[in-house]
Amino acid sequence: MEARQLHIGYLYPDQMNMYGDRGNVIAISQRARWRGLDVRVHLIGIGDAMDPDQMDLLFGGGGQDREQQLIGEDFERLKGPALARAVEEGVPMLAVCGTYQLLGRYYLTAEGQKIPGLGVLNAWTEAGTKRLIGNVVIETGLFGPAQTLVGFENHSGKTFLGEGAAPLGRVVKGGGNNGQDGFEGAVYKHLVGTYLHGSLLPKNPWLTDWLIARALERRYGVGDLEPLDDALELAAHQAVVQRFR
Amino acid sequence: MRFYLSLWAGKLTVWSSRLFGWGGSSLPGRVARCLDPQVLRRLSRQVSGGNLMITGTNGKTTTAKMVAEVAAASGLRLTHNRAGANLITGLTTAYLQSASAGGRVGTDMGLLEVDEATVPRAAEEVAPKAMVVTNFFRDQLDRFGELEHTVRFIRRGLERMRPESVAVLNADDPLVANLGRTTPTRTLYYGIDVPGLGSREVDHTAEAKHCVVCGEPYQYDVYYYAHLGKFRCPRCGNARPDPQVVLTGLTSEGSRGSSLTVHTPAGEFEAHISIPGLYNVYNALAAAGAAYALGISLANIKAGLESFSSHFGRMEMISLGDKEVFLALVKNPVGFNEVIRTINETREQKTLLIAINDNYADGTDISWLWDVDFEMLVAGQDHVKSVVTSGQRAEDMALRLKYAGLDAGLLRVERDMKQALQMGLSSIGPGEILYVLPTYTAMLEMREILQKMGYARKFWEV
Repeated sequence: MEARQLHIGYLYPDQMNMYGDRGNVIAISQRARWRGLDVRVHLIGIGDAMDPDQMDLLFGGGGQDREQQLIGEDFERLKGPALARAVEEGVPMLAVCGTYQLLGRYYLTAEGQKIPGLGVLNAWTEAGTKRLIGNVVIETGLFGPAQTLVGFENHSGKTFLGEGAAPLGRVVKGGGNNGQDGFEGAVYKHLVGTYLHGSLLPKNPWLTDWLIARALERRYGVGDLEPLDDALELAAHQAVVQRFR
Repeated sequence: MRFYLSLWAGKLTVWSSRLFGWGGSSLPGRVARCLDPQVLRRLSRQVSGGNLMITGTNGKTTTAKMVAEVAAASGLRLTHNRAGANLITGLTTAYLQSASAGGRVGTDMGLLEVDEATVPRAAEEVAPKAMVVTNFFRDQLDRFGELEHTVRFIRRGLERMRPESVAVLNADDPLVANLGRTTPTRTLYYGIDVPGLGSREVDHTAEAKHCVVCGEPYQYDVYYYAHLGKFRCPRCGNARPDPQVVLTGLTSEGSRGSSLTVHTPAGEFEAHISIPGLYNVYNALAAAGAAYALGISLANIKAGLESFSSHFGRMEMISLGDKEVFLALVKNPVGFNEVIRTINETREQKTLLIAINDNYADGTDISWLWDVDFEMLVAGQDHVKSVVTSGQRAEDMALRLKYAGLDAGLLRVERDMKQALQMGLSSIGPGEILYVLPTYTAMLEMREILQKMGYARKFWEV
């Protein structure tokens, strides 16, 4: 029997990889390979077209202001429509920091300029004065019973969620989306947006597996994954929870 | 004809050694010399810019590496023997590697670190343009008289050099400086002359030196390091010669290195070296002196010294009983990747201790670990025997390695650094190296632990 495939679309790997976000692609790839999946990582940069039908899973990371400006035009014209379609059709996607912001409706700069985003996620971001930075612990209901997620945030943008966009989780420790409403991240269909670096996925294997399972469901109709030995992941996760609770 | 036989047999052995991963690099030289005892002579004389030999008890390797960086800054291609391959067979191998199949050596300069006992033969066969003598230290196991024996070897080597060649000598070491009195070559002295530096009192580890002319114990105006300083004989007037390449200013930044002001006959230059210790300042002066003697510009000397620092600045070797610790600070992906590349250069399977803290000075966000190419370290499982991870983020580091492909069975997590160090040391045998890679505050902690364990720092070698 031929191995099941997993095509990962890694957006702007050169521009949007601040704070080790590529660790998320490593985590997804490895956990899929350890289950015998045939993993292909597609690097989708500026000028590259993206075929939403080919991709099983999408990832985009964070970048500095300059990088975000660099990809802005490409994101709007070339990638945007394909991404929007992918998200609407339920392709699982992890969007961290800058990519999270770009999927929203707009970004309001300190000077009052409204920079339009893709608008696939009903969220918007305002430039803030205070930087939210530090270790974060949140609690999410994404997997059913309450489960913690841990990471490290570093952003001055404040993101607010509108109707249709549920938060990823409730902040236990840290700032979250805006440091005000006690929420972190966003979930829409199978899109997960978040400000958490760390990288996020290695210490939160249940989230990685959730994304892989959604991908396999779409392509093969069934998203069963054999469990892995996650003792080390759990130890690393718990170390953060204990320390920063 | 036997030259070509020797050359090809030698080159074939070089190639086979690489293919089969044979350790020592003396075999090709041995094979070649068996077939043609003149092979080193024939090959080394072709190097257009001449050959430099570096010898002495301590600092050969560091000084050679510094000169290599200066040569690189000057655009010179080198024939350079590997550290440790410093017997006549190792020197021969270096030229075999540089030689074409037709027997032509097209490099610009030969850079050879030479074991003291090999110096006479090497000087005879290689006919160097210059020879550096760094210092003479008595080995802990040295029985009385062996040091004098070593000095005699080097004196004999100098006697075999041509009169227009240069002996680059450490003015501050009485036994080295004294070689300048009898050498048939030209001399270039290097030394330190920084007001306020050093001490009037002798270090208890330094051994007493007696005047080579009349036997009277030397008096020192100042001791800079162990027995190195401004010595003079109160009876016969024999004294430390004036150095031509001299350190006139020094700002020490502790473990972060030193800023040097160096005066030479061609002018003055300033350079920052980021490896610690006055012993390394002496190595830098030796390298500067050698480069100056070979006609290299001060600008290139400065560039080379500062480039050396960026490559080797944060790594050192420490002796701990019959074992060794390779200590290298890691603080960002670029630096860590460089350390991994350095580690991968040696063939044996390695035992590592990686200690990651996330205090302010280390960087509180450890996400950067995912930008380090640990996959390079783990590739093929050839390089790693086992790893202990430690520090505040021990689990994160172990996780990173797991996802880099390291077998979980080779990984151990021990947050306590003293325990981790003991674990690492007990899992290596005598003569083996434990590779310790800590972030900044973990490094401080590690040094303190090592200090309490009473380590003897292998000062001179990097």
